[in-house]
Amino acid sequence: MLELQNICWNDPEGRSVLKNLNLKVSDGELMVVTGPNGGGKTTLAKIIAGIEQPVSGRIILDGEDITERDVTERARMGVSFAFQQPVRFKGITVRQLVETAAGKKLKEKELCEILSNVGLCAKNYLDREVNATLSGGEIKRIEIATVLARGTALSVFDEPEAGIDLWSFKNLISVFKHLHETSKHTLIIISHQERILRIADEIVLIADGGVKARGKQEDVMTNFPGTGAIAQACCREEELFDE
Amino acid sequence: MNDTTKSLLKIVSDWDGNFDGAFNIREDGGCAGRQSSENIIITTKTDKPGIDINILPGTNGEKVYIPACVTHGDVDDLVYNDFYVGENADVTIVAGCGVHTQTDEAARHNGIHRFFVGKGAHVVYLEKHIGTGKGTGIRSIDPVTEIYIEENGILEMETSQIGGVDKTTRITKSKVAAGGKLLIRERIMTEKEQTANTEFTVELNGDGAAADIASRSVARDESYQSYISTIIGNAPCSGHSECDAIIDKNAKVDAAPRLCANNADAELIHEAAIGKIAGEQILKLRTLGLTEQEAENRIIEGFLS
Repeated sequence: MLELQNICWNDPEGRSVLKNLNLKVSDGELMVVTGPNGGGKTTLAKIIAGIEQPVSGRIILDGEDITERDVTERARMGVSFAFQQPVRFKGITVRQLVETAAGKKLKEKELCEILSNVGLCAKNYLDREVNATLSGGEIKRIEIATVLARGTALSVFDEPEAGIDLWSFKNLISVFKHLHETSKHTLIIISHQERILRIADEIVLIADGGVKARGKQEDVMTNFPGTGAIAQACCREEELFDE
Repeated sequence: MNDTTKSLLKIVSDWDGNFDGAFNIREDGGCAGRQSSENIIITTKTDKPGIDINILPGTNGEKVYIPACVTHGDVDDLVYNDFYVGENADVTIVAGCGVHTQTDEAARHNGIHRFFVGKGAHVVYLEKHIGTGKGTGIRSIDPVTEIYIEENGILEMETSQIGGVDKTTRITKSKVAAGGKLLIRERIMTEKEQTANTEFTVELNGDGAAADIASRSVARDESYQSYISTIIGNAPCSGHSECDAIIDKNAKVDAAPRLCANNADAELIHEAAIGKIAGEQILKLRTLGLTEQEAENRIIEGFLS
């Protein structure tokens, strides 16, 4: 179980972004975190991965206080993170990056399986560098593939839908569903996308630095009709798929 | 040959006790072994130190190894090697160099290589440089490479300085005729107080001639690198020069790509980028379980691969 207790975080200008945020995530849960832009969702995701450190509060993973653990230590404890805006690497191939993520050499078949999950044909991509010759959508899918390759107990995806094409997006939803149904992994997905909200066990609505609502997806979307509106307002469908 | 040469050969020319094909091993200014093949004939120059390598027209799939090793201090080796590649030959030339010193005396190798690539010939030229040994003497390698490519000939050059070389000045000059192609991939790593100066000058003289020069380098600690490339388009041709450098700590990198178009149909491009390893790159690799140092090493290893 992951538990965030009284998490506070300020931006570099000193503005309060997360304000005593509390959140519990059960093992094996698929939680979707949504809410308006600037509400603290990405910050929350980065705090879970250790990329940002809270000003105060505690982060407990499986009973252990990991607040002081750095990014590497958390990764080695089984926390994965997919960046909203992935970085490019000159000289590192897709194969090398995915194998680095997996922590071992992978067979061609295994690489194909991982990449096909994000809509990429391994034959065309394995030996390509993760550099500027790849489109934003391709880079994004490779980013998600690195998290899938790790197969850790807890994976956090920061807006996985942004920048990928419609086919890959539908495929990605199937991958999340399959992963959720066949493994005991915990998935936390930051998203504005209604179709992702609909596969959640639980939706958490974050706004103004705190949890405004949480519950089963049908309950939240019914009792807080703003949720769908927020999702739509934050991200019109045609803006999602930029390829 | 001595044990230091054997160690250096393994690093710079993938020597496993034998060479598969023609070879000439230079050790401390002398010849430590030579073998010609039916199609690749190696002879000693009579007017100056060095050898001529004659590759017969139509030679296909053969390799020739021309490594040079300096195995102790107080050696300043100068050699002239000329490669004559016959028409339509398709060969690989491996010419690594290692300099080693265990004392405070300098060890230097200066190899002047000239390539005469015949019509329709294809040459892959591999060159690895390394400095080894615990001595404080300066290890330097100063290669001069001249490449003359006739019509429709191709030369692909992969040159790398793996590490340990205190000073290097690398000068490459080429003239490319119609339909000819020159592809150069350079990789250089400097650290501590090492210096590396690289200079490319390429003349594209015929219709359809092309050149692609891609240099990637890493400058760490207090080291200094300079990169100068000049591509001169004298005909309808295409040329591309790219210099990418990662810089760290107090290192300095000076890149000056230059293009000269003397023909309206010459298409010439240059790119140069110098910067630190992006913090986001390290962060990404740390989210995959690497430490900061492992991530940095991984990025540099990939960049120079």
